[in-house]
Amino acid sequence: MTIEIADLTRRFDRTEVLRGINLAIAEGELVALLGPSGSGKTTLLKIIAGLDWPDTGSLTVNGQDWLAKRAQDRRAGFVFQHYALFPHMKVRDNIAFGLTVLPRRDRPSAAAIRARVDELMRFLQISALADRFPAELSGGQRQRVALGRAMAISPAVLLLDEPFGALDALVRRDLRRWLRDVLETSKTTSIFVTHDQEEAFELADRVVIMGAGRIEQIGRPDEIYDHPATPFVARFLGLSVELPVRLRAGRVEAPGLDATALPRRAMADGPAMLFARPADLAPVPAQDGPLRVAAISSTGALLHVQLTDDGGLAVETEVPRRRGLHLSLGQRVTLRVEAGQVFRDGAPAETPAETPAADSRPVPLRYEHSSKESLR
Amino acid sequence: MSLAMPSLSPARRRRVLPGFGLTMGVTLTYLGIVVLIPVAALVVKGAGIGPARFWDILTAPRTLAALRLTLTAAAIATVINALYGLLMAWVLVRYQFPGKRVLDALMDIPFALPTAVAGLALSALFAGNGWYGAILEPLGIQVVYTLAGVVIAMTFTSLPFVVRTVQPVLEDLDPQIEEAARTLGAEPFTIFRRVVLPVIFPAYLTGITLSFARSLGEFGAVIFIAGNLPMKTEIASLLAVIRLEEYDYNGAAAIALVLLVIALALLAVSNLLQSRALRYKADAA
Repeated sequence: MTIEIADLTRRFDRTEVLRGINLAIAEGELVALLGPSGSGKTTLLKIIAGLDWPDTGSLTVNGQDWLAKRAQDRRAGFVFQHYALFPHMKVRDNIAFGLTVLPRRDRPSAAAIRARVDELMRFLQISALADRFPAELSGGQRQRVALGRAMAISPAVLLLDEPFGALDALVRRDLRRWLRDVLETSKTTSIFVTHDQEEAFELADRVVIMGAGRIEQIGRPDEIYDHPATPFVARFLGLSVELPVRLRAGRVEAPGLDATALPRRAMADGPAMLFARPADLAPVPAQDGPLRVAAISSTGALLHVQLTDDGGLAVETEVPRRRGLHLSLGQRVTLRVEAGQVFRDGAPAETPAETPAADSRPVPLRYEHSSKESLR
Repeated sequence: MSLAMPSLSPARRRRVLPGFGLTMGVTLTYLGIVVLIPVAALVVKGAGIGPARFWDILTAPRTLAALRLTLTAAAIATVINALYGLLMAWVLVRYQFPGKRVLDALMDIPFALPTAVAGLALSALFAGNGWYGAILEPLGIQVVYTLAGVVIAMTFTSLPFVVRTVQPVLEDLDPQIEEAARTLGAEPFTIFRRVVLPVIFPAYLTGITLSFARSLGEFGAVIFIAGNLPMKTEIASLLAVIRLEEYDYNGAAAIALVLLVIALALLAVSNLLQSRALRYKADAA
């Protein structure tokens, strides 16, 4: 089932929740909508399900205009964050619900429904729970039942809202692998919403990063991780250190900064911002270094080393503890950058990207250009 | 002993919340004095009459007519309130509109108003020269001194029961449950019948039962509008008062006992149905 979303906008009163969403999803794909809360990802999911309506734009599934269809007629399986199971029905009846409400002429026989439900429960490994009520289930079990209920209608697309949001960490990890297997086996086109980067990267074929009602970047997990397209994505993915630098002949330069590890970049000379993960920054002791070690704290395996300069700049770095033992408070250092991303300041973050995947093309420092395998 | 052993036996564990004995004692005593003893006295009094005499009182044409009128009117009033009360609760919970809080507050007027005041107001309205009566009587619809009048009085005084019992449950009903039903293909009426109604049913039933019980016993509002014609518009509780004023204590007690039995039977059936409907919550802890 291919899903095409074009120029979708949605506002609640004065708040623009979606500001022009363009997205195409291919048959059988598993896509994650990743973003902080308030980025509009759940609204987008609800619009696809028919539980909310956009102000403008189009939503086409397999060539059919879904905005002309009610939620009832779309066959979009929706798994709610808090499951929304029917409290007065047993697990079996919850799963069967979508089949029993079909108009009489389309409705399978009672025996056929029962067989289908049994099969689904076996597939989801919840056969033992068939005669329990939702109140008697754990969070993880409810999650499976909710998934079973959505899958029973053979959905055109499966929509999952924060599928692991209400579970504790251990169950989460287990269920994540299980869900990945289930979705792979069932080959259903699926979209899930999450704010957890690890979850999105581990599960999804493609990740869509949303911020403030816009798509900031679309790509395969590794692609996005290595080449964040906008300062927003960079910050969201943990490139939390921002350093003002100058570009000269494609080289990143700043006083006390050793950026020789970064490849040259085809970008006009001038001021820019370097975004880097604390772990990709290494303090190097130097007599005349412009930075000073201001604080060191240990997490056991890592040292968090806080650096400052005389101008009030603060830089957070992360060093494996064994390699940072020579550092001491007040010591003067320079900074070596192992990896990072350069943005011409201001530009990509502020201007609206109309087709984000193409327009706000990343400007990666490490640009391993293997012709076809590059970014879209 | 080298180890300090716990000196208290595990059986004598202390309660976390103090005062159980005192509060429970007061509660039971109060319940006994205010509720149980009067009810028991009524039963004893009724039992003392003797079965033959009891049967005679009950099957007297005037008693039968009064009981029939009371039950019929209460049943009609309850049906009206069951439908309207559910609608009202739905409107108050599901929609946002200006004046919602005022409407919500108005809902309690039948509880707060002295029933005699309600009775007076209603009979004035429905009398031939009243606002409603002036319209209805030329159409040949007589409300005052008829079954219709009794029904209206009962409807008025027991209106809030269904609204007030259903409202909180409806408020607690997660809207996502209905959204889930929609994505699964259920039409609005199916969602109501298979998802909403089963969840609110226990509370709804309580409201209906209370509404019926209240209508059965409604006195103040009814006697003003009913006209109280023996054999026609005389309700059972009024007949009991009349018997009492005639110093016919047995007659009064017999009628009262019948009303009591009906009310208790209703409560029992309602509770049974409720525990069945709520069985999905039983093991939840």
